[in-house]
Amino acid sequence: MKRSREPIIWVLFGGGGMASALFLPVLILVLFIALPLGWVQSAPIDDLQWLVRHPLTRLGLIVFVMLCLFHWAHRFRYTLYDGLQLSHLNEVIAVLTYGMAMVGTVVGAYLIWGVG
Amino acid sequence: MSETLTVPETVILEVFRYRPEVESEPTFDSFEVPFHPEWMILDALNYIKDDLDGSLSYRWACRMGVCGSCGMLANGQPVLTCATYLESLLPGPIRIEPLEGFPVIRDLVGDIGDFMNKLSDVKAWLIRDEEKPVEDGEYLQTPSQLDDYKQYSMCINCMLCYSACPVYRLEPEFIGPAAIALAQRYNLDSRDEGAEERMDVLSQHDGIWGCTLVGECTEVCPKGVDPAGAIQRYKVSATMDYFKSLLMPRSSS
Repeated sequence: MKRSREPIIWVLFGGGGMASALFLPVLILVLFIALPLGWVQSAPIDDLQWLVRHPLTRLGLIVFVMLCLFHWAHRFRYTLYDGLQLSHLNEVIAVLTYGMAMVGTVVGAYLIWGVG
Repeated sequence: MSETLTVPETVILEVFRYRPEVESEPTFDSFEVPFHPEWMILDALNYIKDDLDGSLSYRWACRMGVCGSCGMLANGQPVLTCATYLESLLPGPIRIEPLEGFPVIRDLVGDIGDFMNKLSDVKAWLIRDEEKPVEDGEYLQTPSQLDDYKQYSMCINCMLCYSACPVYRLEPEFIGPAAIALAQRYNLDSRDEGAEERMDVLSQHDGIWGCTLVGECTEVCPKGVDPAGAIQRYKVSATMDYFKSLLMPRSSS
């Protein structure tokens, strides 16, 4: 019997859920709230630039963006599929949602590689 | 004690009726039954059948929460009627309907054939490559090996989880919570060797991957089985198995 290829998607979904739950709130709090409001002192700009330019940081960020987007895609796919009962459009929905996650990952990778 | 509470004399039950020989559409009949604080919904239904309308049809047997046959919707919630106090649903009227997701045969009786087929699809029984002869004695198990599957073995096949599962109602092909939990019950049993056979059915889209972890099955389960947890655990095993067979295609057939 042919087994479902769902595990690939599910790993991306699960990984994305875990990664976004763990890191996203911290990143938003530190980068977009605490630093601009001056709650915390920023590290010297040179150190930050070195960190962002490091290939491992870039790679990590790209993987992080990819996981978050695939988590969104999977969730949104089932929101449309079950929530709006569009199961007859299953293939179109899957191509659109995962396709958008892929495009988003490429755009994200391009931007992250260009930073600094 | 009880004098200080306002206890009603009677309570109204609005009971789903469907008698295919007289009506083409289901209706509701109202019955006024005496209220007793110690009565379960099932006691009220039995009162209706014995004293008010003998034609009312519903399933029940043990009236102590182990046979799994008296599951119904009470005010829209899937419950075992033998384990739900009338008092918990006061002041009424209390609406009693058959479980959702099963075609109604008559009144509160649904057709459970689909679930029975799914139980055999997932081979919810002990599978051995080779049975050892009786003279060799029992298959011994340690308490911790028992603990691995005991929770899932508490399932009484009452089908409340199917009634609560939105995926099952949309896609009746979905194998569903109880059947997957019971498959896990045998997969996790140290005496069982059938995990590979069950994997073929369970790792399909209509198997575990149909589940979107709504979690209602676990909410309504009267025995604490946690079918949603069983399904998620199985997703992990199926995923490991999938990647293993991708990396080492020859080791698994």
